[in-house]
Amino acid sequence: MHFGPHLLLAALEGLVTSAVLALTALGLSLVFGVMRVVNVAHGEFFMLGAVLAWAITSAIGGHPALGFLAALVIAPLIVGAIALVAERLVLRRLNYNPEATIVATIGMLYIIQQLALTFYGPEARPVEPPFSYRILLPWFGYSGYKLSIIAASALLLIATWLVLTRTRIGLIMRATQYDSETAQAFGIPVGRVYGGVFALGAMLAAIAAVLIVPISQAHYLMGQDPLLLSFIVVIIGGLGSLRGTVVAAVLIGLSDGIISMFFSPTLAKIIATLLVAMVLVFRPQGLFGTASR
Amino acid sequence: MTDKNGFFDLSKTTLTRRTALKGLAAGAGLAVAPGFVRYSQAQSSAPIKIGFQSHRTGIGAAYGRWYEKTTAAAIKAINAAGGINGRQVEVIIEDDGTDPGRGAEVVGKFATQHKTDIVFGTLFSHVVIGSAPAAGEAKMPYFVVSEGHHVASTKLNRYVFQPGITDVKSQIQSMAPWIAANAGKKVTQIFPDFAFGYDHRDYLPPALKAQGAEVIAQIAIPPTESSFTKYFPQIPPETEVIYHVMVGPAVLTFVKELGEFYGSNRPQLFGFIDSLEAVDINSPGLEFLDGSHFWEGSPRYAQPDDTEAQKAYRASVGIDDNGAAVGDPKDVSTAAHMFGCWETLYVVKKAMEDAGYKGPEDRAKLVEATEALKEFAEGPEHPQGPKTFNGKIHQCFGIQNISKVEGGKLKVVHKTKIEEGLYEAEGDYTTQAL
Repeated sequence: MHFGPHLLLAALEGLVTSAVLALTALGLSLVFGVMRVVNVAHGEFFMLGAVLAWAITSAIGGHPALGFLAALVIAPLIVGAIALVAERLVLRRLNYNPEATIVATIGMLYIIQQLALTFYGPEARPVEPPFSYRILLPWFGYSGYKLSIIAASALLLIATWLVLTRTRIGLIMRATQYDSETAQAFGIPVGRVYGGVFALGAMLAAIAAVLIVPISQAHYLMGQDPLLLSFIVVIIGGLGSLRGTVVAAVLIGLSDGIISMFFSPTLAKIIATLLVAMVLVFRPQGLFGTASR
Repeated sequence: MTDKNGFFDLSKTTLTRRTALKGLAAGAGLAVAPGFVRYSQAQSSAPIKIGFQSHRTGIGAAYGRWYEKTTAAAIKAINAAGGINGRQVEVIIEDDGTDPGRGAEVVGKFATQHKTDIVFGTLFSHVVIGSAPAAGEAKMPYFVVSEGHHVASTKLNRYVFQPGITDVKSQIQSMAPWIAANAGKKVTQIFPDFAFGYDHRDYLPPALKAQGAEVIAQIAIPPTESSFTKYFPQIPPETEVIYHVMVGPAVLTFVKELGEFYGSNRPQLFGFIDSLEAVDINSPGLEFLDGSHFWEGSPRYAQPDDTEAQKAYRASVGIDDNGAAVGDPKDVSTAAHMFGCWETLYVVKKAMEDAGYKGPEDRAKLVEATEALKEFAEGPEHPQGPKTFNGKIHQCFGIQNISKVEGGKLKVVHKTKIEEGLYEAEGDYTTQAL
């Protein structure tokens, strides 16, 4: 294959990775930004989204689009509810203590993963894409569904941004993040905001998983890679920065697609990790984070 | 969208980045932490104890589950027929997490804690290679059902045996003539980037060359990869056959993406069913495989010419005519490999009886008795087919099935002969000290 088409394919693959990564990492970033909680179980909420998508689509049957749309709505809601319960039962009791919540979310990671193994099983199970249009380019064929993931992810990111900056809920979240004690003094129910943000973070991961599951089956160990990549993205972009998260996700996704196609996938991972190290050394607050005062 | 309120500003607390890094480090630590260790009580020495190193979790979990089912069925049959040397057989299962480091620990645990008579049942090649030194050190006979060439290469040690399933080198050698004659002469190989894949990488090119065909490209893919489209441009356009061996949960994605990339205008496909063990061949996206060919150790779908032994074996393990669990058509088995557990246990039985095996003090006698075995006749104990055994390289040789995907089923179209898979021994375990 010639260089041009080869590069096009690499860029397309990279963009799909970026799209899913941006949504997942945004969830992680939000939870950290508002609650100061490093959610190690984030990848497991991603996995739960995919597993539930499988359960919902296979329960509904009929045209694949029907089941998929149902999964896109129901799976994140269930995952959000689970996250809310976890937040109430665990994180709140620890007073959101940073060290304790890390250990607690590690525990949640194991519990969710092993429950998935017990009740869902070790197999990788497929979900049918809502439509299977194959775009025929002169050099190769490409999945139309993959392109729609990029569009869906962009829409969701814009929606999240609008909610955060243009709505009352977003204002309350920002106030809580800025100074939770003062926010409480002004009558903002900080506890409920924390619960809502934790659920929202998990839901973003779940939505990303539902989008990706028709091209990469549901499996109980699928949460590990997204967790690691989300951390990489969030550190490069700046913890808690929405813009930084999106830029870093595109950067990591594209470089992963292009480097792994022209060189090797291992090199792509090496470079991503090196980038994290460089960012930490030269710009510890991340590309778009604000420097400490 | 400037951040004038400092909405996402993290600088106001002192725990920001450091905390995040701790979380990251903790997360990474999880990946390498050994699993939960369950200690069980020492047991009475009356039954023969077989330690089963099972892939209960990790990427081999689907195989592990069916290996356990097959083993349970075989042990039930052996015990119902009076056990081994008049003693009942008991299986003790430990999970190795499909991880080589954990595998070695499990072997150690069987030797020192459970004090089992033998260790048995491992599939994934990296776990076998990681566990074999521990077995050798503990002088613990270690019967694997792995398919890799590592046992027969004589690079492991005298305590490691593979008497129930053939090895990749032999499989490739016996199928190469069929591939060259029926599929095509210019072959591109796609294989996983670890030990099992390397067997394919190393033995296919010479085997095809001997048949006047050639491997024109070799593409190694990391076993944890989840997206494959990026590798396909490396497939040369003149490729006539894509020879694919993939193991791991992402296999469906691999086939689907190959389908999207090529559409209906694809080269011939020849694959190892390892890729699709425990996966329904009628899953969405796999239509692309229609008309392609697969290697199968033992056929997944019941064939019209199945022997009585094969039928009885399928009934005992509990799989239906489509190779799925009886009563749950979605629970597809790993039929092409798991027969090896059944057959290996019967080899162990035979060797223990030949050796007059009494207990762990007779392990050396058991090794010698196993090495003395020559042939296993087709029958209830060896339902996959007849086999020969080479005691010098601790490896059995048997027939291979080539199956075609047709109407959503796998139909055996060719069976190789034992002689086609024989090769020169690369060494001799029997010269090693016991």
